[in-house]
Amino acid sequence: MIQRTPFANALTYGVMVFGFLLLIGPFVVIMSGASQTFQQVNAIPFSFLPQDRLLENMSAAWTRASLGTAMLNSFVMASLVTVGKVALSALTAFAIVFFRTPLKGFFFWMVFITLMLPLEVRVVPTYAVAADLFQPVRLLISAVTGFEVSVDWNLLNSYAGLTLPLIATATGTFLYRQFYLTLPDELAEAARMDGSGPIRFFIDMLLPLSRTNMLALTTIMFVYGWNQYLWPLLMVTDPEYKTTMMSLVALLPSDNGTPDWNVTLAGSLIIMLPPLIVVAVLQRWFVRGLVATEK
Amino acid sequence: MADIAIRAVRKSYGKTPTLHGIDLAFASGEFVVILGPSGCGKSTLLRMIAGLEEITAGEIAINGRVVNRLEPRERGCAMVFQNYALYPHMTVAGNIGYALKVAGVPKAERLRRIEETAKIVGLVDYLDRKPAALSGGQRQRVAMARAIIREPNVFLFDEPLSNLDAKLRVTMRAEIRKLHQRLSATSIFVTHDQVEAMTLADKLVVMNKGVVEQVGQPLDIYHRPASIFVASFIGSPAMNLFDAHISVHDACLAFGGTKMPIEKALAARLGERHVTVGIRPEQCVVASEARGIAMKVDFVEELGSGRVIHSELGGQPFAACIDEETHVRPGDRIALELPLAHLHVFDRETGRRIELEFEPRSGRGATKRQMLEAV
Repeated sequence: MIQRTPFANALTYGVMVFGFLLLIGPFVVIMSGASQTFQQVNAIPFSFLPQDRLLENMSAAWTRASLGTAMLNSFVMASLVTVGKVALSALTAFAIVFFRTPLKGFFFWMVFITLMLPLEVRVVPTYAVAADLFQPVRLLISAVTGFEVSVDWNLLNSYAGLTLPLIATATGTFLYRQFYLTLPDELAEAARMDGSGPIRFFIDMLLPLSRTNMLALTTIMFVYGWNQYLWPLLMVTDPEYKTTMMSLVALLPSDNGTPDWNVTLAGSLIIMLPPLIVVAVLQRWFVRGLVATEK
Repeated sequence: MADIAIRAVRKSYGKTPTLHGIDLAFASGEFVVILGPSGCGKSTLLRMIAGLEEITAGEIAINGRVVNRLEPRERGCAMVFQNYALYPHMTVAGNIGYALKVAGVPKAERLRRIEETAKIVGLVDYLDRKPAALSGGQRQRVAMARAIIREPNVFLFDEPLSNLDAKLRVTMRAEIRKLHQRLSATSIFVTHDQVEAMTLADKLVVMNKGVVEQVGQPLDIYHRPASIFVASFIGSPAMNLFDAHISVHDACLAFGGTKMPIEKALAARLGERHVTVGIRPEQCVVASEARGIAMKVDFVEELGSGRVIHSELGGQPFAACIDEETHVRPGDRIALELPLAHLHVFDRETGRRIELEFEPRSGRGATKRQMLEAV
């Protein structure tokens, strides 16, 4: 609906400015706070003006929370989640859309209902599985032979443990399925007539055609993987595997310590940076992949 | 080059049968057109030949080899799809050469054959473009080139022209015909457009509701439609069909309040019965009131080369083509003669044709006698 009256225009701008301030506000606080000295950040009233202490604060935060390891861990985790997720979704959706199998509908719905079960809901059983992978085999052996076999096999304190439970969800599968459904049947048939088998079709047709879709999913998944807090907290006890979100806690001033919020804010600015860069680089495809399919 | 035999082929989706036993044989190098309204199963039949649909019962043989269980690529068929189904992310050259790439043909030879094929369809200047940057006709050509490059035994066309505008359709029709003369591979062309069917076919197959209604040369089918369905489907404007009664006593054909005398012997042979009579609009003749049947003109369609008048006969719509010299206006009365030689008579129950002539013309005796016996 397009209305060109001064009042409507003013209202539109009002709403837009309000929304903009709402979104940019916290970021401005972080930016200015992170560049101020200990005294300035604690001054009342708070000054929104950026100062020149940004780099010093950042380096203080970097050493305090040993952000080097954490950033690397988070980066590996987010990348693994992204790659695993994209590969899994593309292949599952391929199986669901392009093959005529009797239980296709059943499998689709099984995958689909996991959409309703985010990690937070199934965190306890998932942890139980990850902490004792051998359990089903042990139960089987003891049921059949009566022997108790003790094998210690778990995913605690490992990249596999950090990423696998996050990969096994349906969001990406659903996105890919919707994309595959927009492709005309004749495309697959033409490829079949040209002599291409299913795997060839997947590599030659579906992968290049789903490029925007893939980049959109990459963006979402990288940010999602990077921002994980609850799951790493459960899986990781070894500081070698700590992720950035866990280090964020270490950056908070303790109850009776010095309230050096400038360092905390500088640290969170560093942590924010990688997903920001990913979104900035990929946002063009991100929007295209979610909104429309490339014709 | 390959001949194709289709024997007692059936197709059902779940419990719904769509093809009820099709028997057809196509000679090597023939251009076959399968014509029928949408939903008659013609595309399904084509896709079964291609190997894209499973065959529920019966068998299809290409060059004497039963292909029921063969993958599409092993059948030696190439197909042109209605919406072209070009690979949108590949260039024209990539599209044309994809089959060769899959088959592992070395790059140098592939490029040579792409070039060669592109020349046939006139696309040499467009090899680097993506399909999105092509016009409808060019896309159609790419789809054809993609089929040609495989040097198939059988060309399958699934309504390839229906997405083009009227003028382009005529051009592409001629090109397909020329291409067939050049490559002389057996071609099967599915369409719902009777003009395409008449102009392209060596052999025409008319299908309706999952059965074959008639097989023959286009002109044969036009002049001697085997059923009411074929009669009404072929020809434009459509054949006039109306109810009539054969009276043995009066030796006449009674319809729409008039009586048309027929030979006593013929009347006796046909017997007292209700029939459906048809005559093509182009075979009605303007006559004097005394000889013709008088009708009131409802409206007139101008075609330039002539005109079509629309009227009513016995409560049913009736159309007739008249030449441009005869001027009529809506509301005028006109008398039309319906020559007995051009009348088609069909059994009203079965919808099948009833032959009127006693003496079969030479050459078609056998089939005709069989028809007579059937009556």
